[in-house]
Amino acid sequence: MVTLSDISRRSGQWITPQIAVFALVLLSLPFWIGPIGLYQYIGVEIAIWIIFALGFNLLFGYTGLHSFGHGAYLGVGAYAFGLFQLHVGVSLFGGLLAAILAAGVAGAVVASFVSHRRGIYFALMTIAFGQLFWFGAVKMHWITGGEDGLLNIPRPDLNLGVTSFDLSGNTALYYLIATLVIVITILTWRAVNSPFGRILQAIRQNEVRASFIGYEVWWFKWVVFTLSAMFAGLAGGLFSMAQESAYPDVMSLHQSGLIVMMVLVGGGLVNFWGPILGVVLYFIARDVLGAITETWLLWYGLMFVAMVMFKPEGLAGFLAELKRPSEPETWTKPAEEQ
Amino acid sequence: MALFEARNIHKRFGSSVVLEDISLSFEEGQVNGIMGPNGAGKTTCFHCLTGHYKPSRGSIVFDGTDITGKPPQRIARMGVSRSFQMMNLFDDACVIENIILALPEFRRRYAQVTSSVFNDKVLLTQAYEVLDQVGLLGQEWQPSLSLSYGNRRALEIGVALAANPRIVFLDEPTSGLGVEATRQLVKLIQKLRDRYTIVMIEHDMRFLFELADQISVIHWGQVIAQGTPDELQSNKWVQRSALGAVA
Repeated sequence: MVTLSDISRRSGQWITPQIAVFALVLLSLPFWIGPIGLYQYIGVEIAIWIIFALGFNLLFGYTGLHSFGHGAYLGVGAYAFGLFQLHVGVSLFGGLLAAILAAGVAGAVVASFVSHRRGIYFALMTIAFGQLFWFGAVKMHWITGGEDGLLNIPRPDLNLGVTSFDLSGNTALYYLIATLVIVITILTWRAVNSPFGRILQAIRQNEVRASFIGYEVWWFKWVVFTLSAMFAGLAGGLFSMAQESAYPDVMSLHQSGLIVMMVLVGGGLVNFWGPILGVVLYFIARDVLGAITETWLLWYGLMFVAMVMFKPEGLAGFLAELKRPSEPETWTKPAEEQ
Repeated sequence: MALFEARNIHKRFGSSVVLEDISLSFEEGQVNGIMGPNGAGKTTCFHCLTGHYKPSRGSIVFDGTDITGKPPQRIARMGVSRSFQMMNLFDDACVIENIILALPEFRRRYAQVTSSVFNDKVLLTQAYEVLDQVGLLGQEWQPSLSLSYGNRRALEIGVALAANPRIVFLDEPTSGLGVEATRQLVKLIQKLRDRYTIVMIEHDMRFLFELADQISVIHWGQVIAQGTPDELQSNKWVQRSALGAVA
């Protein structure tokens, strides 16, 4: 059986062949996305959701904490970015920093309440807090614009001091987000193979034993919840930049459910790349199935049900088995020379 | 002064009293046994001593420090380690990772988010030492779930030892083991007795009488007898409860 805690042959490396291929695919996407019948903006959406999914899987897959209200932090990030552009100043870095910090603070506050819980109590509390944020976004119209949300949020330029790039086009925006995705992929890959990441995985496997060997389990849960909220905040900031608006639906229960489905279908419970596969599959399903039938979400939902019933390891688990169908269940010893 | 002392421990769950006025004292360097029939309160007693349960009354002192009611992680970091009656390992992890996770050296690196774990010579060396102690060398990269039951018991003890404790609590270490595996375990504990203070709950009387310096008998949540194995064989309470029959 494949598990997230398998020791990778290259667990000590910063850039693995898989990461290099992934970066290549991302950076070349604008050249082939059109010819295959898709469009540039879907690349922007996929890249944003990959950031969200990678952060979410630190919590969901690696630590085993089932948050069903994570859309809230995507929304907090989106609003923070929009409010910064509209009321403070048009700045890319300022807006993204505000998005990350606001979602981080929101995540840290919620984590203070939920990090001493586990299982169903943890899950229910995350839903409850998620709904609080959504309700707040709808009702506090003097800040959030109510159900209409924040409109006409400007897309700031990327100002690097010596030069600046206009991000009003989707291709330019895509390259910015793709670069962030590559950096975040490398950092999360390192993190899950670091002592911190292995402790998170130990907590997922056996929380009781983790505390009996001396770990402050609640502290790790608090940190990873806050971290994943910050990832969501960054994704939310980029989302409101891409959409040039922020509205309550971004933080709805629907979005919280979507990210869970993407991670599960992709195989985030068993593989680092699972969330990325899940995001890609979802958006392709939305556009390809959506072009055929209005009921595409029904078919996607049925696929989710089938996946949970017949292949709970998700797409990544399925691909891993295709790759090594006859291998016995042994683990890979890290290369001696590393 | 004893290394570890429990004074007048009471534990109740609602209206049912599970432990009543338990006092135990473990000297440094000794192997201590706790025996008693099923439901006597032995595991609850362990849970109280290692921080899993907070005693309803009484105090627990380790190396001169009152640890009553402290959480298990804090007690563990002070040098109190334990194994579990039901296997309690990190099942997705391989054998050596189970050990590495418990190393104090690894615990100190908890906030490192970019360094590598499995290429670190310091961690690997320390982990190999523990694996050597518990006889699991050669199986370090196996998934812990693929080990035989006896070897999983050894790994369970290895995880407890990896924390570099001053006192180790072993909850029914022979549970589920066959004759040969039990014999291996006796050898292992004889090897460990020079390095650690050991406290064992045990059903297997032969095992306990062979290894323990001091034994406490718990029945109905109370300590009904204490002494060396020789003293206990002549204890009328022990004889009456048939616990000493095999000794």
